[in-house]
Amino acid sequence: MPLIIGIPKEIYPDERRVAATPGTVVRYRKMGLEVQLEAGAGLAAGYSDADYQESGASIVTEAATVWATSDIVVKVRPPMALPDADYDEPLLLKKGAVLVSFLWPAQHKPLLEQLAAREATAFAMDCVPRITRAQKMDALSAMANIAGYRAVIEAAEHFGRFIPGQMTAAGKVAPAKVLVVGAGVAGLAAIAAAKSLGAQVRAFDTRAASREQVESLGAQFVELEFTESGEGEGGYAKEMSDAFLLAEQTLLARHTEECDIVITTALIPGKPAPQLITSGAVVAMPTGGVIVDLAAEQGGNCALTERGRVVEKFGVTIVGLTDLPSRMARQSSELYATTVLNLVTEFVEEGAVRVDLEDEVERGSLVLHQGALMWPPPTRPRPRTGAPLPDVKAQAKAHADASAAATSSTMTLAMGAGAALLLGVAALTGPPEFLGHLTVFLLAVIVGWHVIWNVSPALHTPLMSVTNAISGIILVGGMLVMAGGGLTAAAILGAVAVLVATINVAGGFLVTQRMLRMFRK
Amino acid sequence: MITFTHPAIALAWLAASILFILSLRGLSSQQTARQGNLLGVVGMGLAVVATLAALIMGGTATGGASGSALGLLGVVIFIGCVVGALLASRVAMTAMPELVAVLHSFVGLAAVLVGFANYLAPIPGATAEMAELGRVVTGATPGHSVHLAEIYVGVLVGAVTFTGSIVAFFKLRGSIGSRPLLLPARHALNAVAVLAMLGLGVLFLRAHAADGLLPLGIMSALAGLLGIHLVMAIGGGDMPVVVSLLNSYSGWAASAAGFMLSNDLLIITGALVGSSGAILSFIMCQAMNRSIWNVVFAGFGADAGKASGAAAVTGTITEATVEQVAALLKAARSVIIVPGYGMAVARAQHAVRDLTNELTKRGAKTRYAIHPVAGRLPGHMNVLLAEADVPYDVVLEMEEVNGDFPQTDAVLVIGANDIVNPSAQTDPGSPIYGMPVLEAWKAGKVVMLKRGMSAGYAGVDNPLCYEENTLMLFGDAQATVTKLLTALRA
Repeated sequence: MPLIIGIPKEIYPDERRVAATPGTVVRYRKMGLEVQLEAGAGLAAGYSDADYQESGASIVTEAATVWATSDIVVKVRPPMALPDADYDEPLLLKKGAVLVSFLWPAQHKPLLEQLAAREATAFAMDCVPRITRAQKMDALSAMANIAGYRAVIEAAEHFGRFIPGQMTAAGKVAPAKVLVVGAGVAGLAAIAAAKSLGAQVRAFDTRAASREQVESLGAQFVELEFTESGEGEGGYAKEMSDAFLLAEQTLLARHTEECDIVITTALIPGKPAPQLITSGAVVAMPTGGVIVDLAAEQGGNCALTERGRVVEKFGVTIVGLTDLPSRMARQSSELYATTVLNLVTEFVEEGAVRVDLEDEVERGSLVLHQGALMWPPPTRPRPRTGAPLPDVKAQAKAHADASAAATSSTMTLAMGAGAALLLGVAALTGPPEFLGHLTVFLLAVIVGWHVIWNVSPALHTPLMSVTNAISGIILVGGMLVMAGGGLTAAAILGAVAVLVATINVAGGFLVTQRMLRMFRK
Repeated sequence: MITFTHPAIALAWLAASILFILSLRGLSSQQTARQGNLLGVVGMGLAVVATLAALIMGGTATGGASGSALGLLGVVIFIGCVVGALLASRVAMTAMPELVAVLHSFVGLAAVLVGFANYLAPIPGATAEMAELGRVVTGATPGHSVHLAEIYVGVLVGAVTFTGSIVAFFKLRGSIGSRPLLLPARHALNAVAVLAMLGLGVLFLRAHAADGLLPLGIMSALAGLLGIHLVMAIGGGDMPVVVSLLNSYSGWAASAAGFMLSNDLLIITGALVGSSGAILSFIMCQAMNRSIWNVVFAGFGADAGKASGAAAVTGTITEATVEQVAALLKAARSVIIVPGYGMAVARAQHAVRDLTNELTKRGAKTRYAIHPVAGRLPGHMNVLLAEADVPYDVVLEMEEVNGDFPQTDAVLVIGANDIVNPSAQTDPGSPIYGMPVLEAWKAGKVVMLKRGMSAGYAGVDNPLCYEENTLMLFGDAQATVTKLLTALRA
């Protein structure tokens, strides 16, 4: 009997996303799974039941049936109860079934207890570890990317002016100035979207590592002159001291005063969002300005944000919407469904659920295993963030290297000095001719040194073979020693010297010619 | 200075020296390189003709060159030209390093022979000091000592160059294993040899007439052994340095011959070649972040693999099929190819060129990244790619291309290892720590074409193989690239 994977319709108010698309349904079918979908589950995201049926899913009209008969349930929002109706998702889950969805285990303790009572195995999409291999399952990043983009679109909607600068017959329009606070995935997506709309973008982050990313997108990095690194575990930011927060608020107030649009994305895992934009800063913003607060769900980065609402305060529109990904349901569903599929592929093998507790990705995202609480997972050392601290041994080696380098430069100096001394003695005691030769020699070395430095590395081999041919000039020496007359031992040695030197000359020049002919543009 | 020489001949020699300088200058860019080579040929021709003229004219003044000597000269020059031409036209481009090494050994040999011949029969009237001294070797005048010292040094450098180049030749051909031979007390051995040669030098300077031959001969043998030992102790990965170092030696040997013969042409030309080789060695050493002493004396290649401080590299590799890599390349919009010695060994450059053309046709921006010490000669990869008709403007140097890896979709590493090893930047315990490397790992995907999981010549394991974004494609480079091409066209 094949495993059944079920996709219920989301019941959270205004949630338009769906955890599977016709595209991922095909893939589940290929894995040998049965797929059942609650009627109308994909409608809000733009997928009709017929689309799913075509991909091989069966449509079930009753939500309770989907919950009660599926071995694996995939969802977007955490399971919840509808207060007025007698309908409680966690209680409907089949005993021992697997649930994959956003769970936010820290904030949903009662939900975990309910699921544990169902002996459920639950994977939280929000707990997928941030490692390279798990990128294809990183739903948070996928959603953050969409949220960042959508934040700019929302801002443009509420901003009564052009975003790009224009010079029209009716007057000059200055480009909108955008400040992005927090350069995580959402922040970077917002920067990119704002840039492509033609805005002047600046961005702020406490993590020094983000400067490069910000600048690579063409935005200006706003730096806080305060020594405290904001780099936390796994690429997220960590909470900072009060003094630091004050310094941040002051700095940002200086920038918001000039900016038309402010997009805040600053979040600290498991903590309320830091309040970076004070009410004073909002008052000082230009009239008609827009603040989009992506941290609204966690309390907001702006003091005046109202969760889930768009409000106007002191002439500034503050967007506190928490459903930005859902507002682009088709795009979000597409990406989310793929991340879910990738996680399911991890633990479904040959048509059966096999959870590998040793696997870093599975273990990290596993919240409940057959009813037992697995969250939080044991922390693992994270060697990939930043350079490892050099250990003592390495330092010792570095030290040894340094002293070796010192020895070698002393050696070079000593050899040079020795050679100079010898040559000096020879020049002083030797015949005057020697001094002349020495002069010529040293000048030639200097000329050679300067000429060769200009040779392009690509031509090093031809250079070598040409200098090799030229060093065959020693054949002149061979000829001169042959001049003694007659076939003496010296003349014969000379003749052999001329022979090998000539091979060298001819071979060297010809092979260089051959090589150089091959270089073409 | 050269008293016996006709001014016209001295001028011709000067002109030849200048032509050689211009020739080297011409090699500084591809546009002028061929012209540079031509200038070198003209310079050499001029030098030979002028010397011939000197011999004939000198003949009247000193009763020097006989007809038989001139005849012999003609014969050996002819044979030399034919042999050289045959060598040059037959050699495969992948065998360039061997050819260069063997030609160096010839210069060394010639220097030794010229030194001996000069000692046996000082050229009558050929040099000012010899003219004064005549053939009677008194061993007393300081001028004479200087001349003898010149011979001694010339023979010494020549002998080291000769045997060192022969060993390099066999190592490059693979007749001798590329692993360094490390004798137990090798530094002591070298030191003893050097001291012995100094002692023999003193004996030689004091010897009367032909008595000097014995110390000179023993010294030559010692120098020969030293040359063998020095090159045997150097690992295959350091071959570019060795070859350019020998290139430099062959120049110094020619220069020393110039000193002993009082010939400025030889001095100048030798010095040019000597400094050229020295610079190349210096550049290679810089590219490996090591000092020249470290390369020559440390026997680096051998103990590096088990080097103490290096972090052990563990992990799983992802092996890919040709089809997967072809699919990856189809999707890639920018590709960088990093060739290494493995490409040369497999003679894969033509296949690689075809692959590049196919990728370019598909609209992918395809370029080559050349590390300074890729291959076994400075610039080895450039020559191979040029042979395969790869336009040189898509063949980039490390500095030009290193910033581009993050924006690159796929990197094909073909038979290269140490030059793309991230430990050079991340692991202070690694023997290659600090060596500039191509930052291939910053690209979207890296495909490593390798014969097997062996470490590179430095003997260092490469963590790049275990990176998440690295695919391993095992097999002979030429066969694999050809299969890739077929899959790509399918």
